Amino acid sequence: MSGTFVGMPAFPVAAHDAVRNETLRGNLRHATHTIRAKRAKAVAEVSDWAELREAGKRIKDHTLFHLDRYLVQLEEAVTAAGGTVHWAADADEANRIVVQLVKETGESEVVKVKSMATQEIGLNEALEEEGIRAYETDLAELIVQLGKDRPSHILVPAIHRNRGEIREIFTREMSEWGRPAPEGLTDTPAELAEAARLHLREKFLRAKVGVSGANFMIAETGTLVVVESEGNGRMCLTLPETLISVVGIEKILPTWRDLEVFLQTLPRSSTAERMNPYTSMWTGTTDEDGPQNFHLVLLDNGRTDTLADEVGRQALRCIRCSACLNVCPVYERAGGHAYGSVYPGPIGAILSPQLRGTASEIDASLPYASSLCGACYEVCPVAIDIPEVLVHLRERIVEGGQVTREGNKVILKPAKGHAAERAAMRAARWAFGRPGALRTGQRLASRTRRFHPRTLPGPGRAWSESRDLPTLPAEPFRDWWQRTQGGNTDKGAAK
Amino acid sequence: MSSRERILGRVRRALADVPQDDTSYEQAVPREYLREHGDRSVEQTVDLLAENLADYRALVHRTDAEELPNLIMRLLAQRGSQSVLVPPELPPEWMSAAGPTRVHDRAASTPHELDKVESVITGCAIAIAETGTIVLDGSPDQGRRRITLVPDHHICVVRVPDQVVSSVPQALERLDPTRPLTWISGPSATSDIELDRVEGVHGPRTLEVVLVSGRASAEENA
Ligand code: SF4
Repeated sequence: MSGTFVGMPAFPVAAHDAVRNETLRGNLRHATHTIRAKRAKAVAEVSDWAELREAGKRIKDHTLFHLDRYLVQLEEAVTAAGGTVHWAADADEANRIVVQLVKETGESEVVKVKSMATQEIGLNEALEEEGIRAYETDLAELIVQLGKDRPSHILVPAIHRNRGEIREIFTREMSEWGRPAPEGLTDTPAELAEAARLHLREKFLRAKVGVSGANFMIAETGTLVVVESEGNGRMCLTLPETLISVVGIEKILPTWRDLEVFLQTLPRSSTAERMNPYTSMWTGTTDEDGPQNFHLVLLDNGRTDTLADEVGRQALRCIRCSACLNVCPVYERAGGHAYGSVYPGPIGAILSPQLRGTASEIDASLPYASSLCGACYEVCPVAIDIPEVLVHLRERIVEGGQVTREGNKVILKPAKGHAAERAAMRAARWAFGRPGALRTGQRLASRTRRFHPRTLPGPGRAWSESRDLPTLPAEPFRDWWQRTQGGNTDKGAAK
Repeated sequence: MSSRERILGRVRRALADVPQDDTSYEQAVPREYLREHGDRSVEQTVDLLAENLADYRALVHRTDAEELPNLIMRLLAQRGSQSVLVPPELPPEWMSAAGPTRVHDRAASTPHELDKVESVITGCAIAIAETGTIVLDGSPDQGRRRITLVPDHHICVVRVPDQVVSSVPQALERLDPTRPLTWISGPSATSDIELDRVEGVHGPRTLEVVLVSGRASAEENA
């Protein structure tokens, strides 16, 4: 895992700082509330949402359970179609491969389509060290890059910035990177988008190397799929001579037909659209159309370790739609940066500690960054039971146990008495101690969801009781919430 | 050991708890979702396409084969375009009434050259009514992917009803994954500023879709 976020304070400290920042909170509240209502409408439009969700879950589970077979099939198909496949066990190896491939082209700059995988491995920094400049071309990524900032949302990494701040960043920074912002730029979104169009145009037109991720890879055909809105993806995928795609091994789908599920659920879940403006699909290379050199870098970087966990592996079903972030009351209050990883919000709280392990304070505290209200599970288009995984990870942090790290089984010591324990407790108190943060989630959590309460069993229970950790209520969270007026009459002790 | 072997080995060890299961893929995944949503006549499906295209800010025009050349001429004149990119095998009659210079895409055309052209006109592989999507597959009446990307104005002609399907599942059945595919639903847009949709970033900012009826076309490209 990359060191991009090393030195992050544990979740509660970072979250506490975020809550004090009024602008950040206002920006997040506005954006997430806008998208929540739209998403609900887009989902309600399709009468078979439940069936699509179930099929999506089953396709992903089946793929994960036969991942070795599908990886080999994909490799064969991509190779047969004219691409070259590379395998990267960790972030360093992936970065080395990409740096080498760029150097072989003789170029010193690349254009990039937004990609979680390349952020996860810290590719831009690795390229920079070798004197290669990476230009982010997604509008939100551009805002983050120009603002020397960190992403705070999966889909809209600059969600914490409002239009006024974006105007200021463009006016101040664009000239450093290329074409300056137009004179007298205002903060209307249309003008800001136009400024980005002009700024990036020259870079697209001269680019020789493009770097991307992918939303899906089809094992049977070797097809890669990138779903986007702005057209920057199309630019990076078709204009350069060389295309390098870095993709997590869990992004495979067995058959072409499987796209019929995800191309219906992903746009509605992420941007609340029937369909996003542009989707590109390519299979190897095509004569005279698009890049003539195509490299696919298959990335592990903790994914096989996650796969080894019987409960936690469901996190690998994630299609990165960000719906769970948008409904999460804790995310709304804490902001994305508090999660200390490129994967914020509920999915980040279960993915980061699995990809990176729980050795650091931030990673040990992440599974506690939740009130377990269940809203994330409700909206997830592949039905990841995030609360279940959170509770599972909490148990393991508290009690210790066997985990897989870099392919080896290791025994984790119980957190008792360690810094991780204190960080975890603070996170739990933070998440539970804020009725305002929870109210929204309560509205969204369905009454019908059977939330099986899991108080920390065995030593974990003793640990939590003696330390006044707000353990999980034994009755459905929502009922408990109402009965106790949001925990105000009942300090969260287990019933 | 190569990283390939290392990763595949880790996958296999990670799945040691998963019982051997020889159920075929078809059986393992229930597909109880719908092949299409709602029950529509062919005309209604075409209407829905027009409606959904317009909902995402494409400009939709309807005409028949006879009127098509005049319509294309008018659209280009309204736009004030002096030059139009055309794919290698655009039906010649489409442009028969139009005034602007035709620019033919060549393998050697650079992105900078394409950037000087104001409009592009193409056919399509199929269109999807439920989502308001047109799909290009690089056939000779559509050309290379870059020609529908760099110019700021794209006119796309859809033959209705032959090229129209209802749904995403029906679309995938008719598309060939070995071709480079571009799915387009409205003009370029972004939701990156305060999660609010704004049209017009890097792709063509004006998308005009012409639904042309009245001529049974020969073979489909899909
Ligand atoms: S966990 Fe589910 S809801 Fe969250 S980003 Fe992933 S797929 Fe979307």
